[in-house]
Amino acid sequence: MFEFTGRLKTLSIVLILIGAVSVGLSFFAGSSSHSDDGHAEHTEHAAHGEEHGHGEDNHHGGHVPDADEYSYHKTASRAIPENNHKYQGEGHHDEEHAHHQMENKPWANLLVNNFFFLAISLGALFFLAVQYAAQAGWTVVILRVLEAMSQFLWLPMLILLLIVLAGVGHFGGNHIWHWMAEGIMDPESANYDSIIAGKQAYLNGPFFIIRTLVYFIGWVGAAMLLRKLSKKNDMTGVDYAKNWVKTRNLSAGFLVFFAVTSSTSAWDFIMSIDTHWFSTLFGWYVFAGMFVSALTVLMLIVLYLKSKGYLEQVNKSHIQDMAKFMFAFSIFWTYLWFSQYMLIWYSNIPEEVTYYMIRFREYKGLFITMLAMNFLFPVLVLMSRDSKRNFGFILVAGITMIIGHWLDVYIMIYPGSVGVNWSIGLINIGTFLGFAGLFIFVVFRSLAKAPLMPENHPMYIESKYHHI
Amino acid sequence: MATESTKIVNALFDDDDVLLSGVKQVREKGYHVQEVYSPFPIHGLDKAMGLKETRIAIAAFLYGALGLTTAISMTYGMLIVDWPMNIGGKPSFTWAENMPAFVPIMFELTVFFAAHLMVWTFFFRNGIYPGCKAQNPDPRTTDDKFLMEVSATADDNQDELIATLKTAGAIEVSVNDN
Repeated sequence: MFEFTGRLKTLSIVLILIGAVSVGLSFFAGSSSHSDDGHAEHTEHAAHGEEHGHGEDNHHGGHVPDADEYSYHKTASRAIPENNHKYQGEGHHDEEHAHHQMENKPWANLLVNNFFFLAISLGALFFLAVQYAAQAGWTVVILRVLEAMSQFLWLPMLILLLIVLAGVGHFGGNHIWHWMAEGIMDPESANYDSIIAGKQAYLNGPFFIIRTLVYFIGWVGAAMLLRKLSKKNDMTGVDYAKNWVKTRNLSAGFLVFFAVTSSTSAWDFIMSIDTHWFSTLFGWYVFAGMFVSALTVLMLIVLYLKSKGYLEQVNKSHIQDMAKFMFAFSIFWTYLWFSQYMLIWYSNIPEEVTYYMIRFREYKGLFITMLAMNFLFPVLVLMSRDSKRNFGFILVAGITMIIGHWLDVYIMIYPGSVGVNWSIGLINIGTFLGFAGLFIFVVFRSLAKAPLMPENHPMYIESKYHHI
Repeated sequence: MATESTKIVNALFDDDDVLLSGVKQVREKGYHVQEVYSPFPIHGLDKAMGLKETRIAIAAFLYGALGLTTAISMTYGMLIVDWPMNIGGKPSFTWAENMPAFVPIMFELTVFFAAHLMVWTFFFRNGIYPGCKAQNPDPRTTDDKFLMEVSATADDNQDELIATLKTAGAIEVSVNDN
């Protein structure tokens, strides 16, 4: 039995406090100074844009590029001539946008960190279900770690639900999801956007909340049921083979549900931030990042437990196989990232390419760094067999990939919600640490609640003698 | 000292597990297992025989690097220098700016070179390239039998070796000149 006490527990509580302070500060700073800040930033950018406009003889005529420029929001909708008369209060509209973007900062920060840790937990749940559905034997010695990781799921889901409710209810300056803006689907309003209004059947408040609840129930329910069935292995007088079949059926059912909801949830929580833009493989791209983060965190937890003398049944062959997964799915992530990027870059259609324009112009450094961390690092560091068995190499690659995929989530969420006013500072790091603390606290506490080895699992022996 | 030449002792087995433990027993007694012929790969046999770790991974990396280099020079030569291409309405005519369009070619040629050259390297190193003469001493090793070749110098006690092989489960043992 693993015991969750001492330094790790203290560390997790300290981290949670740091996180709470950071989130509190971000909202406090946002609400006290946003009016000054927003205007300062906005005018600065407007001035910058004016210079730009004159230099390039920009085709908007007298129009001044601003924070809103990249969203392709007004111009796209203006391509439909019969709507042109509806855009009059333009200056006011722009100013409001910059103001919203400043107000969005604490929410976007919360969403990035929340989604990142949600993804880790959800990826672990997916991997756990795959082990049963695929009747895999070699992973039995690490199943309890996966189960513990999936037990964290309810917490970020709950926070996500609160963020969604705040967005739909226009509470606390949450304008992350642009399609929730007031009047945007109302033809009589100055805010009207015909393209966004066309998506009303799917993107509307009540349906959004219902979908979030469906994900919540489906995912968290599956995580809890899988854990419950697995705990039966610790009891006596249970038909373990029959229990395994039950677990397998549940896992297969969950995977079907997950196949649909992993895509739709990615559209909902992330893709709908850039409401005009869409990409058909976005769901898989988000899933790939989710899965590779989960595999990396799984590896880090296993290495930690091994260094403390637990999990002695996990041998070098298990470690190498898990490292292979990290390596393979880093390439899979890159493959999907590039498939999405290249088609958009190649066809160069305005309503698609704006998504990458803001990322290349305003987030270039982060964007390139993120790609190097998520692709070059795992490929070069984890390629050889020996490095997949060396804890030092795995640790270096793993930590780089964690930071890289956090940046990936950041770059998916920030440009559409905060725009050019982005920054990465102590607040972001503090919030990350806070979620890490919550994660450590919940995961290691549930690790301590059951033996680390499900010794009555029908395939336990196979896993124990796993050798490649 | 009648002969200085080494003899090859061939031992035929009809089960891969028996063969694997036989290889371990023979090596424990200090004999040198020269080669094993089997109709299929046997898990753990390379370690039991004491073979050095394969270097095919290093070869694969070098072939992949060669493929990548070929793709880069090819796209540069053909589409930038020799016949400049207007790619996706972005006529930059520089390799770096058009790079995304070349990534599929770079990827494919890296995989192509690594995979094909690795297969040929494997064939030649193992002496199973097309047209080469079959080296297995007994054709039954292509069906359901396993054969272990043990080299025995004149100093070795051949009778003891044969007895060891028999107790290890060999169904036939024969001694051949090298």
